[in-house]
Amino acid sequence: MSIDQSHGHPGSDVATTSEGGLPERFENPGLEPHRHRMADVDPKAAKRAERQVAALFGLSTLGTILFVVSYYAISIEGDSWAEIARQLRISTTLLGVGLALATFGVGAGAVHWAKTLMPDEERIELRHPMRGTDEDRDAALDILREGSAEAGIGRRPLIRNSLLGALVPLTVGPAIVLLRDTGPLPGNDLSTTFWKQGMALVHDPITDPEGLGRKIKPEDLTIGSVVHVLPEGIQAEEVEHPLDEIAKAAVLLIRLNPDDLDETSRAGAYEGIVAYSKICTHMGCPVALYEQQTHHLLCPCHQSTFDLKQNCKVIFGPAKRPLPQLAITVDDAGYLVAKSPFTEAAGPSFWERG
Amino acid sequence: MSTTTTAKAAGNLGNWADERVGASKGVKFLARKIFPDHWSFMLGEVALYSFIILLLTGVFLTFFYIPSVGHTVYTGSYEQLAGQTVSEAYASSLSLSFDVRGGLLMRQIHHWSALIFVASIVTHMFRVFFTGAFRKPREINWVIGSVLALLAIIEGFAGYSLPDDLLSGTGLRIASSIILAIPVVGSYISFFLFGGQFPGEEFIPRLYTIHVLLLPGIFLALITAHLILLVVQKHTQYPGPGRTNDNVVGYPLFPVYMAKAGGFFFIVFGITALMGALFTINPIWAYGAYHPSPVTAGSQPDWYMGWLDGAVRLTPGFLEFQVLGFTVSGNILLPALIIPGLVTMPMILYPWIEQWATGDKREHHLLDRPRNVPTRTGLGVMAITFYLLLLVSGGNDIIATHLRLSINDITNSLRLLVFVVPPLAFVVTKRICLGLQRKDREKVLHGRETGVIYRTEEGEFFEVHEPLDEHDRWLLVQHDSFRPLDPAPAEDDRGVKRPGARFDKVKAKLSSFYFEDRIEPVTPAELEAAHHEHHGGHEAVEGSDEAERPALAGH
Ligand code: HEM
Ligand code: FES
Repeated sequence: MSIDQSHGHPGSDVATTSEGGLPERFENPGLEPHRHRMADVDPKAAKRAERQVAALFGLSTLGTILFVVSYYAISIEGDSWAEIARQLRISTTLLGVGLALATFGVGAGAVHWAKTLMPDEERIELRHPMRGTDEDRDAALDILREGSAEAGIGRRPLIRNSLLGALVPLTVGPAIVLLRDTGPLPGNDLSTTFWKQGMALVHDPITDPEGLGRKIKPEDLTIGSVVHVLPEGIQAEEVEHPLDEIAKAAVLLIRLNPDDLDETSRAGAYEGIVAYSKICTHMGCPVALYEQQTHHLLCPCHQSTFDLKQNCKVIFGPAKRPLPQLAITVDDAGYLVAKSPFTEAAGPSFWERG
Repeated sequence: MSTTTTAKAAGNLGNWADERVGASKGVKFLARKIFPDHWSFMLGEVALYSFIILLLTGVFLTFFYIPSVGHTVYTGSYEQLAGQTVSEAYASSLSLSFDVRGGLLMRQIHHWSALIFVASIVTHMFRVFFTGAFRKPREINWVIGSVLALLAIIEGFAGYSLPDDLLSGTGLRIASSIILAIPVVGSYISFFLFGGQFPGEEFIPRLYTIHVLLLPGIFLALITAHLILLVVQKHTQYPGPGRTNDNVVGYPLFPVYMAKAGGFFFIVFGITALMGALFTINPIWAYGAYHPSPVTAGSQPDWYMGWLDGAVRLTPGFLEFQVLGFTVSGNILLPALIIPGLVTMPMILYPWIEQWATGDKREHHLLDRPRNVPTRTGLGVMAITFYLLLLVSGGNDIIATHLRLSINDITNSLRLLVFVVPPLAFVVTKRICLGLQRKDREKVLHGRETGVIYRTEEGEFFEVHEPLDEHDRWLLVQHDSFRPLDPAPAEDDRGVKRPGARFDKVKAKLSSFYFEDRIEPVTPAELEAAHHEHHGGHEAVEGSDEAERPALAGH
């Protein structure tokens, strides 16, 4: 072994002697002489410390009183939000400061007491190796051997094996089977959205409360404007999980100069108006920071950047796939509608999406 | 009550307890146990105390919070949201904040102490790592601690997600996408967890059970085991005069430590309460309710999730690819699952990795000074640097707006820096440690500088050095210095390959990586020699590097 074993345990008094009569290592000089505190030698200082501790405990009592009084004295009510907010601030501050004093006072008092008045002379306790003595270990081994022999687990393999055959399935089986009903199988759900051919594009009420559910005509859009869009009917009563549907179907509608669009996106565009999935192909955040000069869409979560002029190709960031385009056209009444559903899964990647 | 009646009452109580449960034995075993004292030992205490604060405030929150995403029309105090349809979880979190007296205070204390909880666990881990407190026999507590740290992050994320506000919902969206990215089974796991598609209606109630029952239960069990081991193995102590590997020097549990540690709990509580009183945290009303459509720019997770967020931001998209018609999202798997795994596995296994390098099977109860273990210290600083760079990357958008730089440039620079800076930090830290060790040697050999300059008759100047007394010297000479292990010969006498020879070679490599650069503590003989030199002339003597010194005989 090539560790410096001769150095022994640090601080143990193994001190091999080398030539010249000097030990090979320094020896532990032992504890430094104790220095007394003021309160140990001066009764006045001790009395002072005692009063300080009592004052800190007293502070705690005052803190509790402050807490209880402000709980009853300050109501969080008012005629306007501004008034309520003010009351709330006062209440939170006073309750909190009261609680802080009540706890801090006890703590500071106890610590001060320990530091000034309780003995501060260091004491020594010996350690013993964690390992049992050889006798202990032998005795333990004997017990285990004897016990196993009594149970006969070695002599009766049938019992051992059938027990294993019972326990392993028991710990694995029911747990797995029981979890089956925690949710349905994915089926096609991740690959399809609410959009259907001919479905009208309507204002997303979340981003445009005024436009709630209103259909959109191409003339409503000037070049460079962005509208947050949902499929018509997605918020209707009979839709079972509207949030689940919106999380896949939200769309951004943007009008560009038709010359700025590339070949592929022009096919799904209507007079320079394009619709793209708003759900980031990285991890599904809504992509909605639109830079007018560059025609880039930026995702706020991890800054994936999509270029509208290149059919929403990723030009920076952790996303890989372009935002899927929703092909659009107008219906007989002149409203924008989906020309076809999405042709690929919208949103983040998953194994089966291909 | 007079003193005698108090004493009598206490005596009766003690007698009652002893006759029922043998309390006297417990008192004898525990009450005078010695605990060493050092400020850095308080980091673990902070973690324990903030956990207790989380339990207390958390139970209060459960009385008012409703874990359901069922729809309700908001009619509470906050005018801006009046009439909106929101989830019950969100509405109840708002009414807990605005309509329950002390509710906002409790929410804010709960959130602040969650941040303090994770922060103190992490710094406590650093203390344990850099001082070598994880060495035999404390490997189990290192593993328990590592698991606690990981669970704390998950518990914090679960809590953060409960109010169902816009920020927390965005976090869940990301969590669901990470699950979706798992090859083969991802969509199934996600559908089972969420009870269907995202966001679904099941996840918040399930998360609630995990947050208030499952994980706190596991925490309680693990913390209990952690503390029992602490008592059984006794606390480590820093080296110093009188402190040896075979003793504990400090103060008795009763009364000194009980007053100090118990008092410290109330101090931590007081500080956390003050933070909850004065500093707003997680103003969920300002974010609005979660909905998959609206956007939050500049959204940030709680700090302990920031490094993962940063890793996700740095990973380029081309890592996603298709095989046989299936999608493998390397751009998500790598930063969100593989890197955390690669970081945590060596962390958990570290005590054994170092044991291979040292070949040291002894018990260690005296802590290392970080400078005396330069390679370990360097590795630790390297890991911290890596972590900090990822954390910074998680705020790349904020840096960009503040410094008015292009976010692409910042991200690209960080992509480079995460590979370059950590190894650099390792080398620099190791050098600094070796330098400090040399300084220690010099101090032992030539004493401490006094600032008094003398001029000899020959006109030479020298500074008077005051020799260290034996107590001060001890700290600088007490440590072990390891040498690289020699691999045992790969073949036995008859030329047959020994099993395990290859592993031995790896161990030897690891060992020389650790201990190639090495400075040994001053020996009495060296000190003696230095004294002789001083009497000869007063030239400055360089602290000698061990490599230049003839190896001690007999190793
Ligand atoms: C052990 C570590 C724990 C951590 C790190 C933690 C963390 C958190 C965090 C960050 C929040 C969000 C708070 C907000 O701003 O609204 C939260 C919420 C909550 N926590 Fe905990 N918590 C812990 C333990 C507990 C325990 C033990 C309970 C209850 C027994 C609990 C009950 C709750 C409840 C009911 C909420 C929702 C409150 C709301 O939405 O207003 N927590 N937790
Ligand atoms: S979710 Fe859009 S970049 Fe990550």
